[in-house]
Amino acid sequence: MARKIKIRAREKGGVTTVKFLMKHPMETGLRKDRKTGKKIPAHYISDVTVSLDGSMVMTAYLGPGVSKDPYLSTEVKGANKGDTITVAWVDNMGEQASADATIK
Amino acid sequence: MNRRFFIRCLGVAAGFLLLPLRAFAARPRSAFESTSKDDALTELYGTSTTTESGQIRIKAPDIAENGAVVPITVKFDIANAESVSIIAEHNPAPLAVSFELSESSGGLVSTRIKMGKTSPVHAVVKADGKLYRASKEVKVTIGGCGG
Repeated sequence: MARKIKIRAREKGGVTTVKFLMKHPMETGLRKDRKTGKKIPAHYISDVTVSLDGSMVMTAYLGPGVSKDPYLSTEVKGANKGDTITVAWVDNMGEQASADATIK
Repeated sequence: MNRRFFIRCLGVAAGFLLLPLRAFAARPRSAFESTSKDDALTELYGTSTTTESGQIRIKAPDIAENGAVVPITVKFDIANAESVSIIAEHNPAPLAVSFELSESSGGLVSTRIKMGKTSPVHAVVKADGKLYRASKEVKVTIGGCGG
């Protein structure tokens, strides 16, 4: 199932700020279902990569302690307007998604 | 299409599906399972000795009304920074996120984390084999882990 990723990448003075929001439930595995009393299994994004024109510029390892629908942002040096930023993630259940955006 | 060919096709398809997963092989799994800040740091960087640094700045609320969403921004001005980790000390799993940087990374990372209760939040930056740290206490009025 494809989940959405929203990316915003803006270049200013040689530094590109990349902000992105990934739709994901981020279950910690500690929460209980109120009706059944059973634990809800952990389900969280574990690895995120940010690439600039196909080469990796940052990897983030996430734990279940990151909020639901994770928001991350970072800075990339040496990128130009019009270059492509790709964000890809994989979660602890093997689900994955990726999206591209053009630097503005 | 006969049976043998079909099975071979399945094998090739499975191989392609596994390829992108392999790129993520280096996740420090044990660090995320650690239940204390020092264990997490040792699992992650091999040591829990950190030096407090004025070159790291944490932007976080003094009081987080909702522990489920606590925005944390880490700015740092340290040469050759390789990795930045955000640790909420009193969480069931203190290590929230660890960023692996590259030469083209700038000095900022930001995210939103969950916090179970009031706790110091640490930002640890690894550069040239040393660990630098900045900390900030965040008060939580409603916890965001479990319930």
